[in-house]
Amino acid sequence: MLPDQLRQHLQKVISEAEYPREKAIEVMYEIQKHFGYMSDAAMQEAARLLTMAPVELEELATFYDFIFREPVGKYVIQICDSAMCWLDGYESILEHLCARLNIRLGETTSDGLFTLLPACCIGYCDRSPAMLINRRVYGRLTAEKIDRILDRLRSLAESVQTDQATMS
Amino acid sequence: MSVQVLFQNRRPDRIATLDEYRRSGGYTALSGILRDKSRRDVIQRVTEANLLGRGGAGFPAGKKWSLVAEDAPFPRYIVVNSDEMEPGTFKDRVLIHTDPHTIIEGIIITGYAVSAQKAFVFVRPSYETSAVILEQEVEAARQAGYLGKHILGSDFSFEIVVHRSGGRYICGEGTAILNAIMGKRPNPMKPPPYPTVKGLWGQPTVVNNIETLAFVPHIIRNGADWFKNLAATENGAGTKLYCISGKVRQPGCIELPIGTRLSEIIQDHCGGMLDGSQFKACLPGGASTRYLTPEHYDVPMDFDSLKAIGHRLGTAAIMVFDHKTCLVGVTLNLIQFFSRESCGWCTPCREGLPYIQDLLWRIENGEGREEYIPRLETMAKHMWNAYCALAPGAASPVESLLTFFEDEVREHISQRKCPFR
Repeated sequence: MLPDQLRQHLQKVISEAEYPREKAIEVMYEIQKHFGYMSDAAMQEAARLLTMAPVELEELATFYDFIFREPVGKYVIQICDSAMCWLDGYESILEHLCARLNIRLGETTSDGLFTLLPACCIGYCDRSPAMLINRRVYGRLTAEKIDRILDRLRSLAESVQTDQATMS
Repeated sequence: MSVQVLFQNRRPDRIATLDEYRRSGGYTALSGILRDKSRRDVIQRVTEANLLGRGGAGFPAGKKWSLVAEDAPFPRYIVVNSDEMEPGTFKDRVLIHTDPHTIIEGIIITGYAVSAQKAFVFVRPSYETSAVILEQEVEAARQAGYLGKHILGSDFSFEIVVHRSGGRYICGEGTAILNAIMGKRPNPMKPPPYPTVKGLWGQPTVVNNIETLAFVPHIIRNGADWFKNLAATENGAGTKLYCISGKVRQPGCIELPIGTRLSEIIQDHCGGMLDGSQFKACLPGGASTRYLTPEHYDVPMDFDSLKAIGHRLGTAAIMVFDHKTCLVGVTLNLIQFFSRESCGWCTPCREGLPYIQDLLWRIENGEGREEYIPRLETMAKHMWNAYCALAPGAASPVESLLTFFEDEVREHISQRKCPFR
């Protein structure tokens, strides 16, 4: 089910390691870059490439915070709720995000653009409150700043769609 | 400003380049040892410098390396721990974004010291930009002849690989990190055998924190005495990257002589407390250390001085709380972190932390009872029977909350609400 180009890329990644399963997380990240999440079919094929039993890869996929076994939005927002962010306004930031996206924690917007997930300490305590979007950090958040970020990502997604429409 | 070692090339808006690092003397330590120093010379100098592990445990780096026997089997590995998931801690990130080549040179010299072939730098997913920087700069080092086969024309060959984590707190534990790299479920493993004897794939492996290794080139170049004299205290050695967050004017990561007094760090280097805020307590070394109260406001922030008063330097992540902060609330938040991040391997941690969380939640939300206090004490004690050190760490804020702020806990219970809300 993986496109040829992606499969070849994964084979190259795996070939760089002494032991294939060393690359398990990286392989799943690369697949997620393409599909957003790890489907059952993707799990099967990734396990085969890594010469692991599917259940062994499942053991990792379900263990880690950054591997998704269900479809997620184009942009995965992980909002930090640990001590420093919590002291610095996490609750109002979360409330604002939920209102703007019209979803609760753990949900995806109906247009498939945003998924909102909780995260514990992301290591930006000097720039609290903070969140990650697709593993990129946004710190010292305010309601206005969040609005700007969401607007920019929305228009970015729209322009990509327009480009694709023009090309096809 | 005091002597800057790791941050000597710090710039406000970008990382230092390879050339800038070289202009500050970078890679001369490596070329020097490859010319005429044995691995024993390197270990001896780092041992004499009393370089203690900066990841939290404070184990002497030179001693750890010497545990890899002369006749130990090959291949041998280095694991560089930059998982950094201890709440309040962000020094590894700032270091990578400041001067990545001091890290890279330190890793290569460590590889030489234990005759290793390969290093894995383990980076947490929320530090993706750090991982990208490291990959780029490792490549730059390779192009310059500092990595790969026959480094600088010597017999020594060495590689560095950046390993991305899938993101869990347990991965930073010194043995779980090995399982994580090997693509296994990252359960901790109880030594013996120690990783230096049987680590990655059963081979000798040295696991060090990234900040620890970044000091190595400077120690080799300037000597053990120079390093020891950098400290502000008699027993300390070197500088330290302190991360200060919370109720201070200027939070951030700063390099200071190890053993700089807490009061000086807050007053002189962080602009003091926020307006209208009084220092109530801090966690001096990350979330798994004990609350430190105003009576110790002048404590020198090094391993020995904190130990002498029953505290730990940990990762030197100083989380500062003011008189308006509810410490029951903070402790609840920290326990939520620990119970969420428990790997589930052993029962005390897996079962005990959610129990503690529930008790604290009830107290914070006006449903507390007097008998919850001894129950919290008992549950915290159970953490010391857990399989790895992360659970006793998680118990630290709870135990010290009860020791130093029992009145505040009781107020929550008697008023049937959080008095800070």
